[in-house]
Amino acid sequence: MLRSAWRSLLHHKLRLILSGVAIVLGVGFVVGTLIFTDTLNTTFTNLFADTSSDVVVTPAQDSGGRAFAGTVPTMPGSTLDDVRAVQGVAAAGGQVLVDGVSVVDQAGEVLGTPGAPQFGSNWSDDERLTPFRLVEGRGPSAPNEVALDSVSAEKSGYSVGDTVRLVTPTGPLSVTLAGVFRYGTSGNLAGATIAAFSTDFAQELLLGGEDAYTEIDVVASESVTQDALAAAVRAVVGDGVTVRTGQEAADDATAQITEGLAFVNIFLLVFAGIALFVGTFIILNTFSMLVAQRSRELALLRALGATRGQLVRSLILESAVLGLVGAVLGIAVGVGVAFGLEGLFGALGADIPTEGLVVLPRTIVVGVAIGVLVTVIAALSPAIRASRIPPMAALRDDVALPTRSLRLRAVLGTLLLAGGLAAMTAGAASGGGSGSQLVGLGVVGALVGAIVVSPAIAGPLVRVLGFAFPRLFGTVGSLAVQNAERQPRRTAATASALMIGLALVSALTIFATSAKASITEVIDRVIGAEFLVSSGAQRPFPEQVASDLAATEGVAAVAGVKLVPVQVADTGTLLVAADPGALGRMITLPFVAGSLADVGAGGVAVDTQTAADQGIAAGDPVSVQLPTGATLEYRVTALYEPAGAYSGYVVDRASLAEADVAVGDSFVYVLAAEGADLGQLQSDLEAGLADYPTVQVQSQAEFKAQITSSVDQILLVMVMLLSLAILIAILGIVNTLVLSVVERTREIGMLRAVGALRRQIRSMVVLEALVIAVFGAVVGLGLGVWFAVSLQRTLVDQGIEVLEIPWAGLAFFLVLAGVVGVLAALWPAFRAGRLNVLEAISTE
Amino acid sequence: MSTAPLSVPSDEAGPAARAVGLTKVYGEGDTAVTALDAVSVEFDRGRFTAIMGPSGSGKSTLMHVCAGLDSVTSGKVYIGDVDLTTLKDNDLTRLRRDAVGFVFQAFNLVPTLSALENITLPMDIAGRPVDQEWVDAVIDTIGLRDRLRNRPSQLSGGQQQRVAAARALASRPQIVFADEPTGNLDSRAGAEVLSFLRRSVDEFGQTIVMVTHDPTAASYADHVLFLADGLIVDTMEDPTPDRVLDRMKGFDGKGRRS
Ligand SMILES: Nc1ncnc2c1ncn2[C@@H]1O[C@H](COP(=O)(O)OP(=O)(O)OP(=O)(O)O)[C@@H](O)[C@H]1O
Ligand SMILES: [Mg+2]
Repeated sequence: MLRSAWRSLLHHKLRLILSGVAIVLGVGFVVGTLIFTDTLNTTFTNLFADTSSDVVVTPAQDSGGRAFAGTVPTMPGSTLDDVRAVQGVAAAGGQVLVDGVSVVDQAGEVLGTPGAPQFGSNWSDDERLTPFRLVEGRGPSAPNEVALDSVSAEKSGYSVGDTVRLVTPTGPLSVTLAGVFRYGTSGNLAGATIAAFSTDFAQELLLGGEDAYTEIDVVASESVTQDALAAAVRAVVGDGVTVRTGQEAADDATAQITEGLAFVNIFLLVFAGIALFVGTFIILNTFSMLVAQRSRELALLRALGATRGQLVRSLILESAVLGLVGAVLGIAVGVGVAFGLEGLFGALGADIPTEGLVVLPRTIVVGVAIGVLVTVIAALSPAIRASRIPPMAALRDDVALPTRSLRLRAVLGTLLLAGGLAAMTAGAASGGGSGSQLVGLGVVGALVGAIVVSPAIAGPLVRVLGFAFPRLFGTVGSLAVQNAERQPRRTAATASALMIGLALVSALTIFATSAKASITEVIDRVIGAEFLVSSGAQRPFPEQVASDLAATEGVAAVAGVKLVPVQVADTGTLLVAADPGALGRMITLPFVAGSLADVGAGGVAVDTQTAADQGIAAGDPVSVQLPTGATLEYRVTALYEPAGAYSGYVVDRASLAEADVAVGDSFVYVLAAEGADLGQLQSDLEAGLADYPTVQVQSQAEFKAQITSSVDQILLVMVMLLSLAILIAILGIVNTLVLSVVERTREIGMLRAVGALRRQIRSMVVLEALVIAVFGAVVGLGLGVWFAVSLQRTLVDQGIEVLEIPWAGLAFFLVLAGVVGVLAALWPAFRAGRLNVLEAISTE
Repeated sequence: MSTAPLSVPSDEAGPAARAVGLTKVYGEGDTAVTALDAVSVEFDRGRFTAIMGPSGSGKSTLMHVCAGLDSVTSGKVYIGDVDLTTLKDNDLTRLRRDAVGFVFQAFNLVPTLSALENITLPMDIAGRPVDQEWVDAVIDTIGLRDRLRNRPSQLSGGQQQRVAAARALASRPQIVFADEPTGNLDSRAGAEVLSFLRRSVDEFGQTIVMVTHDPTAASYADHVLFLADGLIVDTMEDPTPDRVLDRMKGFDGKGRRS
């Protein structure tokens, strides 16, 4: 019995390869995703795990993840002195680490990945207290000196002794490169840059000359534990600071990274899940067909005395062996997929630092388990059905596997699908967090339901979709449609991969289009200023920029906007600080009470949503806790409807100056004078900003384009990942068709004998693929539209107010699906056309 | 229905098909098998020829080669005036479609098509209009008018073979080849198929060549060719089952020439 299983496995090499390919791809994608996410996690964890202090002291105030100069919370230098005096402290150092020093390379370009931090720091010679390791030159000691991290030094081409151009929170600056250091063990910063100065100079540049630190690192004397030291430190520093052991700080950092990467991880694993799901379908399909094709052989074995158990066991064994081989190859493919993902993210500007791919034992185990389990499970049902073939069937010509009725599937699938769609609609109606959860649940339900029900609808739908085939392609066309509908399970399973892929791709596309339309609509509605000046990542720049711009000829007015991370009623938010009068000329917000002009010195304008959430109304007091720890009191003087990203608390910038918050502008709006030549004005504005390479002037149209293009980029990544699922779908179609051709060898031979040309046979196969692909696409696109509409409705409050369905894009996907189907059919069709008529007729 | 004579095209002179010095060798070198050894044969129009001979004598090969399903090693094969050995695959396929009908031992029908669709398949593939009158006549002759909507799987083996025979005739081919068309049938079902073939020769003037092992089946023919080891060793006019059986027995002893 075993020998017969083995023989049959080897005998049908083509079938073996095809089902093997499905397993390899499914496992490969999952393993690749795991390797990639592990690599990502490990790299980022290593990035911050290089410091080895025993106790870490930080300001209690949360910076909200924005360590920008002017708003970064600090501790006074006296705290460092206090800590140094604590018993058991071997060494303690104050760290200044602030995002806000941009390095300009020799070509005048700002270094680093846009959006990644551009740190300015202080230099410490004590290697116990810093992750910086000098590799060239010496540490900066005088005010006009800087040390750069090795990656920045290399990329900018600066060498020790050169003059380096920087842009600091106080303005542009040229300093001498004293040394180059490596950050941690790898030197990689994932696109961030670090410029280090002497402590005094760092404080002058970044902390307004205050003797303060953003972090204090402590090394314990021998025999003092981290916990004991932390307790001792805590006792002297008092409130206003957080004291953690080195271990806690490292754990927090890791947790933060994991949280930060959670989105990427989940995102990729969802895709891996889809790939696996789709892969499982292909394996299932392939096995069903393999067993069906061998039914006579199996019946013969039964007739010769094999028990049903023996038959099932031998088929299971066969699938386990196949699954194992596929899994091993799949793991190898997975490494390639991980490389590909890294390249993909790299190409999109996410510079991912890697010290080689991380292949955990868990990944291997998961890969093998998935390969073997999925294959065995896929083989189980056809194996059991095969074992039910009566031995007598061996003696008949046309053996068919006993099939189950589709009624249960139809009922179950319809219920799931309808439930899913209803959940989505209900979620969309209720909106908010619970609404989006309901929508998410509905999407899963509807997808699963569609997959379950699809064999039941495949027949009728294929007939509808292929209605024109007989007229267009004659008998070949009707044969193709009939072939597609004669095995509805197979057609449905083959199409399901494409269906899932297209449902998600189209939903994402519709959603992205709606998001872009919504953003554009808000910008059109709100922004009246012709130009918007900003630096990357909302990094503040000196107020001097706004003054320079205001002085440019052709400018009617400017309005600088500061963003300050604050706490209002224990909720972190960004306070918008501007000259209300000037801002009022730049943007038009839909006010329901008062106006920007009414904000005044002690007033605040709040959007109605926030007001409702906080339970405040016009005239109510609002206390705002600043990053310095100080509190400012305001009174609500105006209320406006939130418009997209334009929401939150708006105050007069003068109130900040009073509170000694010296933060730069994150944006400057520029209003052109009546009749000014805008093109000329833009180049004049740009020319005036030559000293500030980090700051860019964008026209309103460019600003819109930038935002929409970033939406497009996210969409592109998702679609690229999904196209892997679609690739698997193509292979699934190839698989099904090749096996169908094998299965119908005799029939094809007969058609050829009675006069079908090779070309006609090829068309028949291609048309069958076309109708299957279009079937998958139509169902998938339908679901996708429903998903996207529900999602958009759910997120109206989050600013996705406009629903825009890109019909042309969806039509393109439909055509693309057809093309995919046709491409997938080429090889099987070629094989079918080449079948030798006589051999086909005499095939056993 | 008109009473105009319905018949296959017979305006051309000469045999419906013929082979001249036909040799077919399978394989090469040591394993080469000479399935047909310089066979020359003519199949006259409007005649029903049976080909008999021991297993492996080359009957199927002769039929396949004459029908343009297989290539020759040397020699010539004609359907009407057309030399099949000079034709490329597409032309050969068209010729099969338009001038040749087939009935195989089994698996003659496309399972997704109804009986009627199977019958008109060659014309449908060609995109030619169906000669309704002719097809009606053929269908009446096979006597399956009430089963035309059925799929092959809903028909008995004998019915399936009759549908196959009807298809072979439906396109009015110059010649119909049948390879053991009754091989899988019991004697009653076989008789239905054979009498249909016989009637198509008598009533429509169809030319039929049929391979068979069964002396009774052969007795439906006008004429029997006996094949042994790739050679035509004998012929018989107006066969009866007994005479054919007698002749067949002769092969048993001295089947192999060596
Ligand atoms: N494709 C092939 N390759 C090699 N040899 C073949 C092939 N087809 C037939 N033969 C050989 O050619 C010879 C004639 O075969 P053929 O099928 O014509 O015999 P047959 O008279 O039809 O026999 P049967 O009555 O068993 O059907 C046999 O010796 C056979 O083994
Ligand atoms: Mg034969």
